[in-house]
Amino acid sequence: MAVAFDEMNIPGGDLRPAYQELARWLKETPPEALEYRRQEAELLFRRIGITFAVYGEAESTERLIPFDVIPRIMSGREWTLLEKGLKQRVRALNMFLRDIYHGRDILRAEIVPDDLIFQNPVFRPEMNGQQVPHDVYVHIAGIDIVRVDAEDFIVLEDNARTPSGVSYMLENREIMMRLFPDLFARHRVAPVERYPDELLAALRSVAPQSASSEPTVALLTPGVYNSAYYEHSFLADKLGIELVEGRDLIVKNNEVFMRTTEGLKRVDVIYRRVDDDFLDPLTFRPDSVLGVPGLMSAYAAGNITLANAVGTGIADDKAIYSYMPDIVKFYLGEEPILKNVPTWRCREPKDLAYVLDNLSELVVKEVHGSGGYGMLIGPAATKATIEAFREKLKREPEGFIAQPTLALSTCPTCTASGLAPRHVDLRPFVLTGSKSTTIVPGGLTRVALKEGSLVVNSSQGGGTKDTWILDE
Amino acid sequence: MLSRTAENLYWLARYVERAEYLARTIDATLRVTALPAAYIGKTNEWDSALLTAGVAASFYQTYEEANEHNVVEYLSFSADNPSSIRNCIESARLNSRSVRTALTSEMWDTINSAWIELQAVWSKGASTREELAKFLRFVQETSLRFDGSAYRTMLRNDAYWFSRMGVHLERADNTARILDVKYHVLLPEEEHVGGPLDFYQWSSILRSVSALTAYHWVYRETLKPWLIADLLILNDTLPRSLASCYGNLVRNLDQIGVAYGRQGAAQRHARGIRNRLEHSNMNDIFQHGVHEFIQEFITDNSRLGEIITKQYLI
Repeated sequence: MAVAFDEMNIPGGDLRPAYQELARWLKETPPEALEYRRQEAELLFRRIGITFAVYGEAESTERLIPFDVIPRIMSGREWTLLEKGLKQRVRALNMFLRDIYHGRDILRAEIVPDDLIFQNPVFRPEMNGQQVPHDVYVHIAGIDIVRVDAEDFIVLEDNARTPSGVSYMLENREIMMRLFPDLFARHRVAPVERYPDELLAALRSVAPQSASSEPTVALLTPGVYNSAYYEHSFLADKLGIELVEGRDLIVKNNEVFMRTTEGLKRVDVIYRRVDDDFLDPLTFRPDSVLGVPGLMSAYAAGNITLANAVGTGIADDKAIYSYMPDIVKFYLGEEPILKNVPTWRCREPKDLAYVLDNLSELVVKEVHGSGGYGMLIGPAATKATIEAFREKLKREPEGFIAQPTLALSTCPTCTASGLAPRHVDLRPFVLTGSKSTTIVPGGLTRVALKEGSLVVNSSQGGGTKDTWILDE
Repeated sequence: MLSRTAENLYWLARYVERAEYLARTIDATLRVTALPAAYIGKTNEWDSALLTAGVAASFYQTYEEANEHNVVEYLSFSADNPSSIRNCIESARLNSRSVRTALTSEMWDTINSAWIELQAVWSKGASTREELAKFLRFVQETSLRFDGSAYRTMLRNDAYWFSRMGVHLERADNTARILDVKYHVLLPEEEHVGGPLDFYQWSSILRSVSALTAYHWVYRETLKPWLIADLLILNDTLPRSLASCYGNLVRNLDQIGVAYGRQGAAQRHARGIRNRLEHSNMNDIFQHGVHEFIQEFITDNSRLGEIITKQYLI
């Protein structure tokens, strides 16, 4: 694997401009002071209760995501390019979804194969012909971005269902500002605190026509045992909207109401953090206790807006991912600004043959997996693991895609033996309302804390960093 | 607001109040049992503590004897006792998590810190009396901090009123229960057999509702059972008296009634109890029978809890 691109240091000893002030500050700051701040940050996270749950671990149902106090910094120029690319990508995602559930031009043009859509479990036939307000399907997108050099931003994954992590973006910043006021004074960091306002504006802008002029928005959570529960309560609080569970909602005459101390109150927009499968036991999984019976008929009647819309999984599916550059070109007639990772589709015999021959160098992912589970990282895997995976792959090739192992960029990070480079990715959050698409400058930087590790997922030992976009 | 939110706020406040009451009860019992036997007679004070906590029946399913070790363990740290202090704090934290959006950050911090301390410091219980004393202080301080942060930081809207109703309903229940268990030592002198030794019983009652000093300020008298009963039942200047709790409950329910533009069974029922307390005097109560009076009150009070639940919380 090639030497990773370091976002702070240029080979040869120079610093990239965005990091110069930080480097000066680090030189003046004794390592004990950093360690002390790190402990303080951890204490704050625990006290505020910024925790997440790891499924399958009886012992500790609430854990902290490790927080690294060294910020990850990008220049305003880099951000402008990235922002343009993200907007383009999300516009294409929305147009693709609108097309898939209506005219299906893209299938007729044979850009995307039919069976990838119709045989895909995340395709929702219930959405065929369903109008969604302003044709917005993906109101909140989390696009995972990695860098391998100074020029390009590469999309690792589109998250168009219920992307999480934005609370960390906001809380990391709050905590950094508390711990390092001096460091902020020495930089011009673009603020992120407008995110909740922009999210609320986007959600209100897509209220159904039958809503009053002051639409009621609620956030639907699976409940306190969900791994992202903290984020749900955090956002509801920042937005000033009710945090509801399925049992708080009831559907009457195809309208959705919440049970309040003053009786039933109509809800117009639901920012739902419950997966499609669990939304409505009458339409989807009948055993779901998280959902609201009848919600889908109120949705079909156009009396409720769900954000994100039902069926968006078909756009962020890993099988569809490899077609994204073509999807962007097809709908927008533009060259994609953000690159894709070269991807071998194991469903295609030629690609499969190549993948099977090169397993030890590739990353193989399950098409429907998430959170870093069920994937093979060839270069880091033992022979036995690779052979076991080979069998799985042969049995069900259409369930997998493969990509080269990317040398993700690195950033300086606190480790037991002082500052050292660690691999990072970035998840900016893209909001789409009736009129505009907005992105607060920044996002969630995830960092693989183990030396050499490329897995940034919090469920597998990843941490987070505050992400600074310099306002130049 | 969501019914579920109101319900969680109401129960959260009840759990915190209950934890404090249990801590005070244990504290008072420790004091009285530390006295030489000649001063307190033959009653088993640990058994009374269980009765005032309302958990005697379940206690004896696990334990043979109500002694200091067993009762302290059961009331403070037991995972099996749903209303042990530990479980009250656990439940309070779970409720807080469900209604984080309705809590101020100060209130959340109080409960969350208490829960963290409970796990970090008290997971194995208290092995000495000194440790126990520290634990009881921690519980009381948590409750004070919670109450104080609610008072100082919450918006005065339905969320606040539901939370206060939880406090007052629980408090009224606690005060009534201690009277229920100890009423016999409060009977007028000619009727009971305890003699002057009851002084320590009386002060113990006052201590468990943090009213010992208040008593002296209100009556400027030595401890007299008649006046103790008066203080705890009818004196609305004492925050833990039944009269004061009901003054507050009626006020909170009225505030909700005004905000929502309608009254209901809860308002009427609470007002009925308050009027009864307002128009009683100790003479009548003793004539009628303190014990009967208190038992009726306990029933009426839990009835109010049911009515509030039906009217607002489900």
